[in-house]
Amino acid sequence: MLLVELHNLEKSYGSVLALRKLTLEIPKGTLFGLLGPNGSGKSTTLRILCTLLEPDSGTVTVAGENVLKNPRNIRSKIGFVAQEVAIDKILTGRELLQLHGDLYHLRRNYRDKRILEMIDRLDMAEWIDRRSGTYSGGMKRRLDLAAGLLHEPELLVLDEPTVGLDIESRSKVWSLLRELHTEGTTILLSSHYLEEVDALSDQMAIIDSGKVIAQGSPSELKKELGNNRVTLKVREFSNQVEGEKVRQLILGIRGVHDVVVNTSQGFSLNFFADDSDSLSKMRSDLNEAGFGIFSLSESRPSLDDVYLKATGKTLMDAELEVSSKRDFKKEAKQSMR
Amino acid sequence: MNTTFSTSSSLNKEETPLNQFLQEVSALTKRLFLQLIRRPSTLIAGVLQPLIWLVLFGALFANAPVDFLPGGMEYGRFLGAGIIVFTAFSGALNAGLPVMFDREFGFLNRLLVAPLRSRSSIVVSSVIYISTISLLQCFAIMSAAFFLGYGWPSEGGVFLVFLTLLILVFAVTALSLGLAFILPGHIELIAVIFVTNLPLLFASTALVPISFMPAWLGWLAAINPLTFAIEPIRAAYSSSTGLGSVLIQAPYGDINGYGCLLILSLLTIGLFLVTRPLLNRKLI
Repeated sequence: MLLVELHNLEKSYGSVLALRKLTLEIPKGTLFGLLGPNGSGKSTTLRILCTLLEPDSGTVTVAGENVLKNPRNIRSKIGFVAQEVAIDKILTGRELLQLHGDLYHLRRNYRDKRILEMIDRLDMAEWIDRRSGTYSGGMKRRLDLAAGLLHEPELLVLDEPTVGLDIESRSKVWSLLRELHTEGTTILLSSHYLEEVDALSDQMAIIDSGKVIAQGSPSELKKELGNNRVTLKVREFSNQVEGEKVRQLILGIRGVHDVVVNTSQGFSLNFFADDSDSLSKMRSDLNEAGFGIFSLSESRPSLDDVYLKATGKTLMDAELEVSSKRDFKKEAKQSMR
Repeated sequence: MNTTFSTSSSLNKEETPLNQFLQEVSALTKRLFLQLIRRPSTLIAGVLQPLIWLVLFGALFANAPVDFLPGGMEYGRFLGAGIIVFTAFSGALNAGLPVMFDREFGFLNRLLVAPLRSRSSIVVSSVIYISTISLLQCFAIMSAAFFLGYGWPSEGGVFLVFLTLLILVFAVTALSLGLAFILPGHIELIAVIFVTNLPLLFASTALVPISFMPAWLGWLAAINPLTFAIEPIRAAYSSSTGLGSVLIQAPYGDINGYGCLLILSLLTIGLFLVTRPLLNRKLI
């Protein structure tokens, strides 16, 4: 059963197209990871789902209800943990949770019981009655999680939940999400960390330039690529022309596919080989054509390879590319309501 | 520990929409007052500033001739009403600032993803907060004026003072909250506050009566909302004038106390009507 259905979402900020006909379906009970570089449209998607933003076109359905028509009903079913941790510094953690409970219309004794549960579960007892202005990043994030979970939402939405967190806080967040998942909560999280999506999610989608370019379970997506991920260098410092020549050469070998010249790694060749026969064929073919082998490494395919295959660039490159184009002031204004 | 399964018992569904609305309003109001109590500097400054105005400005004209003001009124007594109204006005004009900061820091998003019964609870809580502070400040000024020998409102006058103030505070708070949602940031809002504040004070009857002013300024003062709040309060301090008597001799005609309150009320309703679509655009 699908809990969330986003169909053909389009959204632009001025002349910038943030979402291009994005379609995403999230089954109930999954821990769904949304992977993509910064600026790919992850936050925009989540903000639309949480009724903070209206799409230019497209439909949003949660638990069978039209979110755009009846946002209020949906809000009580969703717990949203936003990327920017905005808390009222002058209030204590407990007071903030009480405020949240009241805004979600929890009955007072139930609210206080839930707060105690959350304090216990997220290990916040030591500092919950201190003013939140004194909290570290990890503490704030835990408080935010508690606030998002207080009203027992059917769907927990997290925007980059571990960005900027220390390792200890990160692992706390991860284990909490895993627990919630086993208990049956549907979780949607966005991340630009490959390991995070790989480690946590059972379903995922890769999003790039405002649309979904691959979807499935992390292991399925990786399996589709073949058994071996190979990185080949014919010389230590190669160039575009030579790289392209080698690409053409090995493209014809049976069992070799998805050959890409990786410009960010000294024009090395990245490809997938189905078996060892295709690799030995490649060696002899290269030898015949007069190319040497400077280095050859094999590994299991990773999510980065899935991304590379779909977009022709690594996630890191995509990240660098957008980071030079991003206007953070403008983005801050966009998220202001 | 069961934390995930949404049960209908978890939400206040059996509560009426009104009760849910009240729960929101009281929670948001409580937040504002917690901020005030833990950061009392604004309140302290907000009480001290008008007292300084009252003492210094009162002293400035202390030696004015006896028949300086109409009816031989003492200047300090004349000034009191002006200071009360000006203080409430400045306070209400700042009402939009906390909302603007909530917008800028992203805290408002927290409120907007919550299933609020009505988002006007954000507005109502601000109005309650600002009104309370204004009444506190007003009471402090009235007490100070009393101890300075400028008298105390006549019977029923205290009620009239508070009523007039509340109408003005509602109007200005609506305006300020509207601005907080349409202006791009707090810098712009502060600029608007800065540009509005003192000119409106000087172009009103807070410091001198209309008869003192050149014709053009008299016109401005006679259409200035502050004047319509100042004069009823001034009347409340006087034993000889009631709401029925002419309080403003405007270039376009005479206005009595009821007229002042009516105009002020119409202004408030008008501002709420104008501001509503602005708020609704952001607060669906």
